[in-house]
This record gives sequence, structure tokens and C-alpha cells, in this order.
Amino acid sequence: MPDLDEKALARRVEELLAAYPPETTDRLDFLHARFDAGLAWVHFPEGLGGLGLPRSMQPVVEKALYRAGAPDNDPRRNGIGLGMAAPTILAFGTDEQKQRYLRPLWCGEEVWCQLFSEPGAGSDLAGLATRAVLDGDTWIVNGQKVWTSSAHIADRAILVARTDPDQPKHAGLSYFVVDMHDPGVDVRPLRQITGEAEFNEVFLTDVRIPDADRLGEVGEGWKVANATLSSERVAIGGGAFPREFGMIGKVAETWRSRPGLRTPETHERLLRGWVDTEVARITANRLRQKLAAGVPGPEGSAMKLSFARINQELSSLELDVLADDGLRYESWEMRRPTHVDFTGRDAGYRYLRAKGNSIEGGTSEILRNVVAERILGLPTEHRVDKDVAWKDLPR
Amino acid sequence: MTATAPADVRLLADDVETDLRASVRKAIDKHAPAERVNGLYDGTDDVTAPLWSAFVELGLPGLLVPEDLGGAGATAVEAAAVLEELGRAAAPSSYLTSSVVATTVLVALGDETVLPGLAAGELTAAVAVRPTALRHGPAATTIVGAPADVLLVPEGDALYAVRGATATVVPSLDMTRPLADVDLDGAERVLLSSDASAAIDRGLMVGAGLLAAEQVGVARWALEATVAYLKERRQFGRVVGGYQALKHRLADLYAQVEQADAAARYAAATIAADDPDAPLAVAVAASFCGETAVHATEEAVQLHGGLGMTWEHPAHLHLKRAKSDELLLGSPEAHRAVLAALVDLPGPRV
Ligand SMILES: Cc1cc2nc3c(=O)[nH]c(=O)nc-3n(C[C@H](O)[C@H](O)[C@H](O)COP(=O)(O)OP(=O)(O)OC[C@H]3O[C@@H](n4cnc5c(N)ncnc54)[C@H](O)[C@@H]3O)c2cc1C
Repeated sequence: MPDLDEKALARRVEELLAAYPPETTDRLDFLHARFDAGLAWVHFPEGLGGLGLPRSMQPVVEKALYRAGAPDNDPRRNGIGLGMAAPTILAFGTDEQKQRYLRPLWCGEEVWCQLFSEPGAGSDLAGLATRAVLDGDTWIVNGQKVWTSSAHIADRAILVARTDPDQPKHAGLSYFVVDMHDPGVDVRPLRQITGEAEFNEVFLTDVRIPDADRLGEVGEGWKVANATLSSERVAIGGGAFPREFGMIGKVAETWRSRPGLRTPETHERLLRGWVDTEVARITANRLRQKLAAGVPGPEGSAMKLSFARINQELSSLELDVLADDGLRYESWEMRRPTHVDFTGRDAGYRYLRAKGNSIEGGTSEILRNVVAERILGLPTEHRVDKDVAWKDLPR
Repeated sequence: MTATAPADVRLLADDVETDLRASVRKAIDKHAPAERVNGLYDGTDDVTAPLWSAFVELGLPGLLVPEDLGGAGATAVEAAAVLEELGRAAAPSSYLTSSVVATTVLVALGDETVLPGLAAGELTAAVAVRPTALRHGPAATTIVGAPADVLLVPEGDALYAVRGATATVVPSLDMTRPLADVDLDGAERVLLSSDASAAIDRGLMVGAGLLAAEQVGVARWALEATVAYLKERRQFGRVVGGYQALKHRLADLYAQVEQADAAARYAAATIAADDPDAPLAVAVAASFCGETAVHATEEAVQLHGGLGMTWEHPAHLHLKRAKSDELLLGSPEAHRAVLAALVDLPGPRV
């Protein structure tokens, strides 16, 4: 099947639509059938929702299914599952784990969250303190995670925990899949500056994880976690975006519909923002072409830096353009959203939510370190804690 | 809402481009090392002529000329590669003004009289409009690209080929791109077209789009030279490039240069494909790459410390090239004004 061309792929989509007409098929039945036909993510292997094709062929499927009015898997509800957990499972999971996790993940039957950050370990993720101790063939986990997006709707989580405190911090970690319905998992909302609680605190008390749910070897958690973090950056930078995507679309809409608000100064900022967004779109396209040609680009981290800056500048501009109306805020009511949406709600919300773009998924400061050290080859930061057993580090 | 849709074009170099780039770089390294380029500022030019001969030998002046007129029938993508290499070395050349802008105007007019000479590298030409113009306009008396064998001089909508004009080079901010006062008195002129406005606009548009590639070359040099220097330079007992304040500046600069590169490639590729999105792509690239080159070279001067301020160090060659390139063929602001109309984002009514 690897030699499937675009035509043959389009035919496969037609066959799916003929066998499972969207208007008469149950949503989940359709998604299952789509997954089993290898049309979920065509770059995944056969039998796991894909066909082993280049990632660049996915739009053939998406466009045809969109035209046919087929249901989608509601990707904004499960961004962490699709963008971070899935590529990690594919890279490090056993065959049994891949079979078990990927289908319900892609179909949205199981929403995933990411239990990485802790009160004492954010940028310095490798310093985390949550402990996992093996008891027979079950790991007993205790600790606290924080800023966990979507934990309140999640069925499963990817977790990094310390399995050997006598090793230096990077060496004593292991990576697990957690059942969020375990009675030892306590999820409490953590309210954000937007008024909403998109993220949570998660307390783990004697949570039981079968050893069969470990991803990668014991002690290799750091390596697996890094795969997760770089897939996240590829997911952010490697998308195919339409022109005027994201924040600029919102501001442009306001600009066009309300001529009375225009000023020379906001016009200049608007055009700069338009140019920056278009250049980011082109750069993301080039990154996709490189990935398809098998030359993984180092731009992933750089792209995330740019997106954060552009989102923040444009969402701030939108309030300036709106002037008097920029003083309004839709509602401060505490909600626990089920979808992550940077461009949703009103301009005030977008302004506040964009502040998180330079913190979540690695802060812009940390990403600049990554670019400077791994791409430009500049000296690394001083690491006083690198060779010390984790248990002996000052905390 | 935007007038044209994004084009699906290749943004990665192919083998032809990679080979071409390598031979261009070799020629430039040989004939235009920084110390010799520096001489231009002291009135010694032993670079321009030998570099041009090498370009002629490689067939570069004819890249954009159709094959039946003796050219290579190549595309804007290959011409962009040549310009990027020229920018990297801040090397002097009439490649942009003659082999890109004037050549594109003449190709658009269907000229068969001047183009064969340009393709063969026997002649050079320059369009006699204001250096900062991004659209056709009246003839100017101070222009870039002169002295040239043929001046393309507009008069209303008409365009004349003028030979034998006198050109007096005046000191310019960027001596690698000479500025000249031209005097057409007594020169011989031949009507090329009575309706050349669109052809001139096209030449200037393509020029601005490919100048973006040159600006990427300038910026990339600045980034690479600065990173290399800061890996060596030690102060306070450590390598200066290890200070986070500088790492972060360079990381941001890297991101900007990579994006400028993508934008310039998109502009060249849409021009090459004759895609309707080309004018928009050019406005975006000209706006972004012009500012990127200036920022990159300003960072290079600052981060080299006192060395960056010296006559000896090549940073100033690139700084001057970047600043003058930013004004040439339309400032970033002028290109954003073009963009505003293309994407339906008009300014306030005044
Ligand atoms: C909206 C949102 C959603 C999130 N979702 C999740 C999630 O689902 N799962 C999850 O695990 N985490 C999540 N996070 C957490 C996020 O990954 C962390 O907040 C982030 O990594 C920073 O860690 P910290 O908050 O502890 O800040 P710190 O690491 O304490 O940083 C404080 C400041 O110091 C700077 N800093 C730290 N170290 C350095 C250094 N070496 N050099 C220069 N500057 C430095 C940082 O950039 C920052 O400005 C989320 C965060 C946000 C804002």
C-alpha cells in the first residue's frame, strides 16, 4: 500500500463514504470505520489508523470528507491526545499499547491530558518530585501536578514521575499512562486570568498504574518526555494554515466591518501583523515540505516563539482598534471549558488567553535557550544540578 | 477578502539551484573578498569588473532572458539564488539593476534589440527612475545601476533606449551600489514602446521581490558572522555567546532570518510560476526582508563591540548595503501600503 497516490487515496475515501454514508451513519461508527480504513492520520502505519503515507497527503482526505459533510473527531477537545500523546505512543509504545490506546484516542472516545508540570518543576521539568514506586507489577504514584489543561474532561493522561531519586535528575524518571478515573486522582479547577479554569491542579494519592502502562524503559522517562515536547512544537509549527488564520482574521474582520475605528497608527500595526502572520504561514508551509522530504527542520521551536509573539501583539491591537468597545468583557463567570480555543469568545478574552501562549508548552525564554543552544550551537546554560543525585538537590 | 489565493509552490532548493548557488559563491569568494570590497569606499574598484566577467562566464546575466534571444530561460528562483549570494558578500554588481529589473522590463515589452546583448553580458542596462520608486514614474536624473551601456528612460507612458549618456558616480551610503547623476544631453535615443508603464511596473515588482533574496543573504551573513564571533570572544573569563541576554537576541534573530528566507522564496517562486499571488507575495517579502536585513546588520555591529565599528571589519559593508537596500525599490512602509489595497485593509479616510 505505501505507493498509494493521491487518486487512489481519494478513491479510498469515496469507498468509505459509500459504505458509511455520513447522513445515515452514527458519528462514532463513522469515526471507527474511518480509523480502520487508515484514513484517520495517513502518515501513521497501517492497522493504526494510517496508511504509511507522507503527512502532506492528509489534506486529500480532510477536504473530501469535509465536502461530504462527514463528522470529525472534534480535535480541539483532545489536542494533547492527538498532538502529543499519540506521536509518543507511536514512537515508544509496545504493539499492544498502540493497539489499545490509539483508536479510542483518535476517535475522541478517550480524551487525554498531560501530567508533567509540578509546583516545583516547570521549566526545569526534569526536577519533578512525583514519586512512582513499584509494588509487584503495579506502580504506586504519589505527588502533585499543576496547570493540567483539560484534566477535568480527561480519561487518560501521560505522566512523568520519579522512579529513582538516587540518580541525577534526568536519569531517574519514567513515563506512564494514567487512568484519570483511578480513585487516587483528584482534579481541582485552577482559575485563570480569563476567569475560566481551562487548567487544573491534580493530586495523585496512591494511584495504581499497571507496569504494562509504562511507555519506554524504566529510567528513560526524560527521553520519552522530550519526544512529547518536540511533537508539540511540530504540531504547533507544522500545520497547514489558511491565509489570515488565527488572530489576524479576527482583527481584519473588525477592521473591515467598522471603518470608523481606523487610525493611522493602528493601520500600521495591522499591516505589520498581517505581514508577520503571512510570513509565519509561509514558514510553516516550508517546514511541512521539509518534513515531507524527510529533512526535519529545526524551526519548530522558532515557529512557536513567533506564534506567541504574533498572537499577543494582534490581540492587544484588537482592543486598541475597538477603543470604547475594547473596555468591555463578555463575562467573568467561572467556567470549565471543554475546548481549547485561542480565538474564541471576545477580544478581551483573546487578549488575556494569548498571554499563555508564551508560557504553555515551554516558555519563550526556554525556547530561546533551545534555539540558541541546539540550532546555533552557543554555550549551554550553567547546570549546577546536572550530576548530583536528585535527592541531594536543594529544594 | 484578499484579492488572490495562496499559491502551492515549492519552498525548498532543488539540485539545479543548489549547484548554481555553489558556483556563484565560488566566483564571489574569488573576486569579491571583503577586503577588496572595502576598497570601493576609498575609490579603488578592482572587484566589479572581474566579478562581472565571471558572472558572464557562468551565463548569469541571461538567466531571465528567453532562450530564443540567447538567454538561459531560467526563472526568478535561480535569479534569487544569485542575488542572495551577492547579498551574503555585499558584493558590487549591476545584476539586480541590469539582469533583473531592466531585463524584466524588456522581456515584458517583447524587445529583441537590447536583450541579446544583455543575455550575452556584452551590455548592461538600467531603468532611469527614482531609486526608491516601486511604480513607473517620470525619468530621474540620479539613479542606481549607472553607468550602464543602455538607459531605459521613461517619458509619459513611453520608454526610450538611450545610449551614450554621461553618468557621474556620486558618493553613496552604500558604495557597493553606485549612485550616479546622469545627463542625457546629446545621447542617442530610440523609442522602445509608447505604452511601457505596465512593463516598468513589472520590472520594479520583480526587482523588489528578488531584492528580498539579497536582503536574506545580507541578514544570514550578519547572523552567522555574529554567532561565530560570539563563540570565540571571551570576556569575564567566559565565552560571551554564553550570556543569556545575547543567546536570546540571537535566537530571535535566527527565527526572523529563517522566516525572511521563507518569505523571499515564496515571492521568487510565485514570480517564477507567474502566479496571480505574486504581487502580494512581493509586498510581504519586501516589507519583511528589508527590515530583517537592517535589524540583523545592526545587531551584528552592536554585538561585535568596538570591532563592529571599524573600517576593517566587514560588518559595515553589510550594514550600509542593508540600509540602502531597505529604501531601494520601495520602502517597507510603501510595500505595506500596496499590500493594504491587495488585502482589502484600507487605512482611515483622511
Ligand atoms: C495555559 C497553560 C496551559 C498549560 N497546560 C499544561 C498542561 O496541560 N500540562 C502541563 O504539564 N503543563 C502545562 N502548563 C505548564 C507550563 O508548561 C509551565 O507553566 C511552563 O513550562 C513554565 O513553568 P513554570 O510555570 O513553573 O514557570 P517557571 O519555570 O518557574 O518560570 C518562571 C519564569 O522564569 C523563566 N525561566 C525559567 N527558567 C529559565 C531559564 N533557564 N532561563 C531563562 N528564563 C527562565 C520562565 O521563562 C518564566 O518567565 C500550562 C501552562 C499554561 C500557562
